[in-house]
Amino acid sequence: MTLRRRGAERAAWLLILPFCLLFAVFTAWPVVQSLFMSFTDTRNRDLRTPFAVDFVGLDNYVQAFGDPLFRTAAANTAYFVLVGVPLTLVIALTAAVVLDKGITRFRAFFRLGFYTPVITSIVAIAVVWRFLLQDEYGLINTMLGWVGVEGPNWLGDPDWAMPAMILMAAWRNFGTAMIIFLAGLQAVPQSLHEAASIDGAGAVRRFRHIALPLLRPTLLFVSVTTAIGYLQFFEEPFVMTNGGPLNSTISATMYTYKQFGFGNYGFASAMSYLIFVVIAIVTAIQFRLLRERS
Amino acid sequence: MKNRWLYLPLTVAFVAVVAPFAWMVLGSFKGEGEILRNPPTWWPDSASLDNYTQLFSRLQFGTYFFNSAVVAVAVTLGNLLFCSAVGYALAMLDFRGKKLLFTIVMATLMIPGVVTFVPLYVLVVNAGLANSLPALILPFLVSPFGVFLMRQFISGLPGELLDAGRVDGAGEIRIFARIILPLCGPALATLGILTFLGSWNNFLWPLVVAQQESQFTLPVALALYSTGQNSIQYGLLLAGATIVVVPVLLVFLVFQRRFIEGIATTGIK
Repeated sequence: MTLRRRGAERAAWLLILPFCLLFAVFTAWPVVQSLFMSFTDTRNRDLRTPFAVDFVGLDNYVQAFGDPLFRTAAANTAYFVLVGVPLTLVIALTAAVVLDKGITRFRAFFRLGFYTPVITSIVAIAVVWRFLLQDEYGLINTMLGWVGVEGPNWLGDPDWAMPAMILMAAWRNFGTAMIIFLAGLQAVPQSLHEAASIDGAGAVRRFRHIALPLLRPTLLFVSVTTAIGYLQFFEEPFVMTNGGPLNSTISATMYTYKQFGFGNYGFASAMSYLIFVVIAIVTAIQFRLLRERS
Repeated sequence: MKNRWLYLPLTVAFVAVVAPFAWMVLGSFKGEGEILRNPPTWWPDSASLDNYTQLFSRLQFGTYFFNSAVVAVAVTLGNLLFCSAVGYALAMLDFRGKKLLFTIVMATLMIPGVVTFVPLYVLVVNAGLANSLPALILPFLVSPFGVFLMRQFISGLPGELLDAGRVDGAGEIRIFARIILPLCGPALATLGILTFLGSWNNFLWPLVVAQQESQFTLPVALALYSTGQNSIQYGLLLAGATIVVVPVLLVFLVFQRRFIEGIATTGIK
């Protein structure tokens, strides 16, 4: 038996070895080194000697908080998340409820269609939407014109560029949340619906008092994963606006990437860690709330 | 309860979701003048493959496509093999450090790429891997998410399978390869499709590390061309976007049922 167990132990280590090596080198180590770099003045000329650099304490973090452009980028990111996540979830939940309870036929067809944008490259989508959002001859403004609305110069107007991007993000991403909601809704026992029906509860009340409470963990999970994705938005401003007009769409990740491009590795690391901390907080809140419920 | 009139808003929404793709594909066959015409057209006046021939002759989209495909296939195979091995060890074997490993996997499920890309770039340059395909592949060969997914699935398999194998005198690795892995079809399919899509659409890291055209992946090439300084041809952009989107769209349509079920279950668990 002990021989057997020792064999199992060796086999287990053999099985996990490739993962452990790759993970240590390409994830764990960079996460630690990124923190280290954020306390140094590492620049691109130190590339070959990443440890022969000076410690600057919290200077990079102080610089980030004092940098008006980083503050703008942080505010833009908050705008994108705080408006984008609720919008995405409302669309997703509406679609899921309609597909679950509203119709009987073509359910799989609509589900597939609504999910399709999720699998496509954001870069490709952003390239296409840049055309659709064009001021004069864009498809969206042309269609708005049919109903007598004069559409704004979406990507050229500091007030409209961000809403346009949020709209595009919701359009691309609601499919994932919808699929997860649908699975959650289908897990609600039919007998609960029937019992409530007999008690005279209408469709809206049944949704509010039966489906919604049971869906709460799913809602929480989906809002956190969506928020984590949106907190890192990058491709959209990179392709569509280069952060403009007037820096109205520059995101935290994009500004980090730009500072990296300028060779300010220490500063870029500090900003990436700030993004990381926000993501960690959001994740921690999720675990906390989930535990309270269970 | 079932309402016929709901098909109207659903159809409108469906058109709104699909229309940009239709416009993209149709536009990729249009000439330069027609794309910029006001009002915009749907169906091309005179369809031609000009944009595509230019992408592959004047720009090197053949190379970019090849790079994207090689990277995505390698990353997918790596994840299938390594993550299922760890998932099996965590689910069915006892070994020292098991708890620690599982804690690390759970804690790093959500490490965003933006946190690691600066030191990773330093590492890759110093290892002499800059501007090479391995630099695009190695950092993504394993993922904590994949381990988690496989562990959850293998935990659900009956433990008697293991005992049966052991009675027959098979070693743990043989049991993994011959008994467990063949039963993991659904989980491997979900992980495989998710990983392939993630790699094919990945942008930040390839943008950081591929600094020569010969190493560009499709999204990097498309993004840099679309934001480039030299005069841009709009037809080429739409054809390029089509080349990025259509292959994964076809793969997705073939595997969609399994895929959507995978999303639904991994999402809740």
